[in-house]
Amino acid sequence: MTNDIIERIKQNVIQGRMDKEDEGFNGGMVSQPGVKELVQQALDEGVDPRRIVVAGLTEAMKIVGDKFEAKEYFIPDMLASAETVGAAMDILAPYLAKSGVASKGKVLMATVKGDLHDIGKNIVTIILKGAGYEVKDLGADVGPEAIVASVREEKPDLLGLSALLTTTMVAMKETIDSLAQAGLRDRVKVIIGGAPTSVEFAAEIGADGYGADAFHAVRVVEELRQAS
Amino acid sequence: MPREGVLVHRIYERLDRDQVERIHSVSMEILRHPGIMCFNREAADIFASYGATVTAEPSARHWQVSIPEALVLQALKRAPQMVKLGARQEENSLILDGNEPRVYFASGSETNIWLDMRVETFVSKADHSVAVELATFHPRRGMLADLCAAARLGEHLDNLDGFIRPVNIQDEDITEENKDVNKFFACLNNMTKHVMAGLTSLDKLDKVIRMAEIIAGGKEELRRNPIISFITCVFKSPLQLVDDTTQKCIEIVRRGMPLVISASPQGGSTAPIKEDGMVAQINAEILGGIALSQLVSPGAPVIYGSVPTRAGLDDLADTYGVPEFNQYNVDCVQMARFYGLPCYSTAGVADVKVPGIQATVEKLFSHIVIALSGAQYIHYAFGLLDKTATFCPVQAVLDDAHIGMVKSLLRAPKVDEVEVVTSLEQIRQVMATSQKLFVRYIRPKLRSGEVTLPYPFEGDKARDEILLRAHEKMQELLQRPVEHIPPEVSERIFREVPGILPRLNTYREG
Ligand code: B12
Repeated sequence: MTNDIIERIKQNVIQGRMDKEDEGFNGGMVSQPGVKELVQQALDEGVDPRRIVVAGLTEAMKIVGDKFEAKEYFIPDMLASAETVGAAMDILAPYLAKSGVASKGKVLMATVKGDLHDIGKNIVTIILKGAGYEVKDLGADVGPEAIVASVREEKPDLLGLSALLTTTMVAMKETIDSLAQAGLRDRVKVIIGGAPTSVEFAAEIGADGYGADAFHAVRVVEELRQAS
Repeated sequence: MPREGVLVHRIYERLDRDQVERIHSVSMEILRHPGIMCFNREAADIFASYGATVTAEPSARHWQVSIPEALVLQALKRAPQMVKLGARQEENSLILDGNEPRVYFASGSETNIWLDMRVETFVSKADHSVAVELATFHPRRGMLADLCAAARLGEHLDNLDGFIRPVNIQDEDITEENKDVNKFFACLNNMTKHVMAGLTSLDKLDKVIRMAEIIAGGKEELRRNPIISFITCVFKSPLQLVDDTTQKCIEIVRRGMPLVISASPQGGSTAPIKEDGMVAQINAEILGGIALSQLVSPGAPVIYGSVPTRAGLDDLADTYGVPEFNQYNVDCVQMARFYGLPCYSTAGVADVKVPGIQATVEKLFSHIVIALSGAQYIHYAFGLLDKTATFCPVQAVLDDAHIGMVKSLLRAPKVDEVEVVTSLEQIRQVMATSQKLFVRYIRPKLRSGEVTLPYPFEGDKARDEILLRAHEKMQELLQRPVEHIPPEVSERIFREVPGILPRLNTYREG
């Protein structure tokens, strides 16, 4: 019974089916429960939330990753699956907290001041959520003061900054400097990304990491988490 | 269900109605005066008996035939507007409808050179640690085994709808006597798609038809599902009705087999270089041939075959990569449509001798334009290089991918009540989310095939690895099995149709 529902969660994550309205891959799946309904059902049946995460969500994303590597899946597939995991994590969070499981980590994401480009940042957000992180998105064109305030309030483990313009890259440094001035710099790891940025630039402005794309971002965040 | 090909939603035409009618009138004028030089006695007699003015020219062994417009129009009325090209696997059959711009792509045509590709590693002279893999090309004479390989490959090229032997079989033991049966058998035994070819010797026609009957399951079945068809280029441009191919044309239509009646003048050398003059002349030639076929055998399934090319300015050879080539061909498709006849057209020949940037530019230029014109059967579309002198299988694999992209391009737009409501809903839903991304809606369209997949031969984007990837793909496709003619049928063919070389027998001992 338990195995059965875990298996169904897994299959629906692989299919990227959010809820019962979702027609799935080839259509024709409307009205069958999707990830959201199945996760809730599993919790109602008393399935251990940790099992749902490990045996259901994580296992499923491994398979999705393999399919992507094998060029059977494309980025829209990855994102759809990651989105279902993100939604599942939202449902699971209170239950996990109750059973004393610490979240994998909390991440704040923002595109820096003066920069409106947010597609890349949004993708990173979805994929990080899909990898099991709790992610809060502050939006685009976010000034250092607002970021500092959010870090103070939300106490994230990690801050992700995005910039797509050579002219707004400098706002990343400003943001990091503002964190230091507010005495918050050592309480949060900072990772940056966006086309004009690089590992070298990250080192130059005192960031802790750089992600070239969303998948790389997950690996870097994972490394930083393990290091701390 | 026949193959789908691609139904072109809005066709590209160059001529307006007046211009079409003007060209038609000039073609009729050409057929009247100067008329055609006919080198075939039977054809001259047939034309004469239907009211053409035939003047014998004893010194030159030909007849000057002046064909009145009424005769041509009368004959055209008899020509069917729809021709079925069958296939061993019937779902591979093709319906060529002169009134519907459904486009099929086919290979062709009897090149002498088969071009192998090898991947070799080259080391930089400046820095010996730098090495790159590059394609090198090696031409050789085409052989029977190559034709078998080409057919196997063609079977697995998704966008190849019809097959015309792309390589001439030049083995030592292939003679005029046995060439026809061998080339048809090599194609038919290695693929289940439609097989079209020219005939080498008229006296082998009945043997080839017998072979097709055995495969199709009898005379009647072959009529219903003509798994083979023929091509005759009856005219030597300008306006000379050739004895040999004309006789073949007469005999083939008498037997009711589908036949392409083609002409291939060269703008600037064997036809005017001017668009109007070229099109009027080739149209006259093709109509002359079609008229003859319908006088011989009213209702015979014939196809308007236009293969106009342009003369090269360096060597007066035929060239395919120039804009005029496309103009001539598009106009011919339009003329065929004017008569309601299915059109056999031409695209995808590169002037260059090897695959690469030049080949891709030249090929894609005509692949797109001629497909847009709505020609029913586009031959020469796969693997041809060197102005049709060379066939390269790796190039055929590339062309297949490109033709797939052209087919996708020409899909009819879906704009109707349901679609716009769905889109509106999508936009409203996405606007209500924080990410504002439409990505999740890609997936169903990706799976249904409406969204094109990444270019299949792309490397890591830092280098152009197209040829290396296409070569791998070709090797993979050639490994795949094909459905051969079943043993009992094969055995019967070897018994009843003499001349097929034993090495073509799939079931031979040892
Ligand atoms: C889309 C786009 C826009 C859209 C943005 C819409 C939106 N919602 O984001 C609009 C039209 C608004 C726009 C506006 C402008 N744009 Co613009 N834009 C682009 C474009 C075409 C694509 C960017 C994109 O979305 N890429 C797709 C995503 C998926 O990739 P990505 O952003 O790189 O993100 C990936 C990685 O970088 C990484 N990543 C990104 N962020 C983060 C963060 C973290 C923490 C991590 C770990 C990783 C990470 O992971 C992501 C996923 O794999 C780029 C060209 C390009 N190809 O980059 C120009 C480009 C960035 N724009 C440019 C310009 C000049 C502008 C304008 C100034 C134009 C103008 N004169 O008005 C304005 C600036 C507006 C502003 N103040 O920001 C230039 C920038 C040149 C420069 N100076 O650096 C570019 C490079 C185009 C060009 N070649 O000229 N643009």
